[in-house]
Amino acid sequence: MSVWQAFIELLRRDLRLAMRRRAEVANPLLFFVMVIVLFPLGVGAEPNLLERMSAGVVWVAALLAALLTLDSIFRSDFEDGTLEQLLLSAQPLSVMVLAKVVAHWLVTGLPLLLVAPLLAMLLGMKSEAMGTLMLSLLLGTPVLSLIGAIGVALTVGLRRAGVILSLLVLPLYVPVLIFGAAAVDAAASGLPVAGQLYILAAFLAMALSLAPVAAASALRISLS
Amino acid sequence: MTDLANSTVHLQADSVECSRDDRLLFENLSVEVSGGEALILEGRNGTGKTTLLRILCGLRRPDEGEVRWSGVPIEECAVDFHRHMVYVGHLDGIKRELTALENLRVLQTLSGRGRYTIEEALEAVKLGGFEDIPVHFLSAGQKRRAALARLLVTDARLWVLDEPFTSLDVHGIELVESLMDTHLSAAGALVMTSHHQVHLSAGVVKRLNLSES
Amino acid sequence: MNSFMKWIHKWGSPPWFYRVSGMMLPWLTGLFAITLVYGLYAGLVLAPADYQQGDSFRIIYVHVPAAWMGMFIYIVMAVAAVVHLVWRIKIADVVLISSAPIGASFAFIALVTGSLWGKPMWGTWWTWDARLTSELLLLFIYLGIIALHSAVEDRQSAGRATAVLTLVGVVNIPIIHYSVVWWNTLHQGTTVMRLDGPAIAPQMLWPLLSMAIAFKLYYVIVMMLRARGEILARETKSRWVRELVGGE
Repeated sequence: MSVWQAFIELLRRDLRLAMRRRAEVANPLLFFVMVIVLFPLGVGAEPNLLERMSAGVVWVAALLAALLTLDSIFRSDFEDGTLEQLLLSAQPLSVMVLAKVVAHWLVTGLPLLLVAPLLAMLLGMKSEAMGTLMLSLLLGTPVLSLIGAIGVALTVGLRRAGVILSLLVLPLYVPVLIFGAAAVDAAASGLPVAGQLYILAAFLAMALSLAPVAAASALRISLS
Repeated sequence: MTDLANSTVHLQADSVECSRDDRLLFENLSVEVSGGEALILEGRNGTGKTTLLRILCGLRRPDEGEVRWSGVPIEECAVDFHRHMVYVGHLDGIKRELTALENLRVLQTLSGRGRYTIEEALEAVKLGGFEDIPVHFLSAGQKRRAALARLLVTDARLWVLDEPFTSLDVHGIELVESLMDTHLSAAGALVMTSHHQVHLSAGVVKRLNLSES
Repeated sequence: MNSFMKWIHKWGSPPWFYRVSGMMLPWLTGLFAITLVYGLYAGLVLAPADYQQGDSFRIIYVHVPAAWMGMFIYIVMAVAAVVHLVWRIKIADVVLISSAPIGASFAFIALVTGSLWGKPMWGTWWTWDARLTSELLLLFIYLGIIALHSAVEDRQSAGRATAVLTLVGVVNIPIIHYSVVWWNTLHQGTTVMRLDGPAIAPQMLWPLLSMAIAFKLYYVIVMMLRARGEILARETKSRWVRELVGGE
């Protein structure tokens, strides 16, 4: 069997699993919406203030929603033993990890991306910035999934991993947050955004090449 | 499909040592198993049977010593070793939401095709007719059989089994024993732990008691 | 390469490390005392007051070396992580985990002193300036490493998992740092490490360097003490430890 076939088969398996537990897919999305609704209630519904905060709020909420879903990358596979089988398969583990992360992003990151403009509108974000918002999330959320996979791989064997996972992962999310939100802000002020987006793309390229390897070695440790 | 009789099977643990936290489980332990041999690990609870199995299949690294497959350390030939080895642990490694057929198809794609098709394998473990039902509708024993069907869908020469008879009834145990006999007479190798008596009529049976070492 | 490996394995042997570190400790402590006393006296008494900041600038003799140590210790840990994962040297694991709390403390001291310094300078305890913010993130990363190590039950897995996390961090820290700098460049520019020579007066610089050396010595001393304790705890059952404690 070629590596590519195995990659596709595992990706399809994870997508099929997600289809069979639809509630788990919908919940983080609901969380994303609710967090954004909380902000006007907390800081007041003054349009100028909300508009100025919108880029950061949408990005922070997306980041928290992504964090909430991370555990599902490896947790259930760990609990039923399929992760062991993955480690013992005759395929490179880092490629298998990548397949799982891609599936995870398609199930959790992509819906966030699609809902984001709607929520940004609620916060009064300028329509010129919407395209950049989508683009920055498109480049940034896969990085969140990839970095998150390392954190989950390190903590999957722990009984109570939730808080530790966020402690490990959140500091590493800072650069994505900074450049993601900055790109949207720049777009709203009519400034060029290519620089920020290129940097996000560079983060993505780096995470794609390094994170699966790191997550694979972390999984080997967690399962030993 | 490779010719089973031609390739040799040889797994060797060379003076391995393992401790968990501060407790030494075993040290300077050497053991080997070749085609046509069954190695049965015995010992009380907590003597490290499962840990030794996990070391033998490469999930855990020994503190000292090494495990070799056909003379090559298993870290250096991981892909080749994994293609010829199948492990069934305490956990079934079966997704509850998927059907037996879907589960086995993924495993087969990951580890390479074997002698049996998936349908034949499910028939062999008496799960014919249940292939399209999500596994969580099956009983614990049927689920275990679906896990054991994995032994047949890949071309594994070495079976590493941790308590394979868990959840199985008398008929299930007899069934698995007959599968083991077939495997051993085809020059396959087997390493296992079991609380039950194992009745094998083919192959050479070796026993290792970890309580005594 | 061969002699390098020999050197690593020699230092990697716990009894050797225990013995040599025991011999080095008194010397290191002496040097530490000298550099510390000189640094403090020269910095707090001899050095002239800054013409803009007055005496409040003197906090740099703690703040700056502490901030340097936060980074320095992380680099030591990253090297230990590589040595541990690649050559499976036990001591590297001990050095890594003994260093983490010290690194976290220095990062914390740098934050506190930075904030104390900020009060007279900017009139507020906390500003979101680039260096303080990235120091804060560094502290979070340290705390993550410590939390992970204490959460994993099996000691070997804990050591290896921590090493992987340390390496993930070492790739990310520069990125985080430069992102934060880009995000906000408010602080005064780097004044010591400039390619065209230091910009601060020599009477101010010497005590600073002396304090930096004192802090490094302090780190080595505390790390060795912690590592020696850790080694004894881990090797309780081995023969050399039994002989050491009296052979019973």
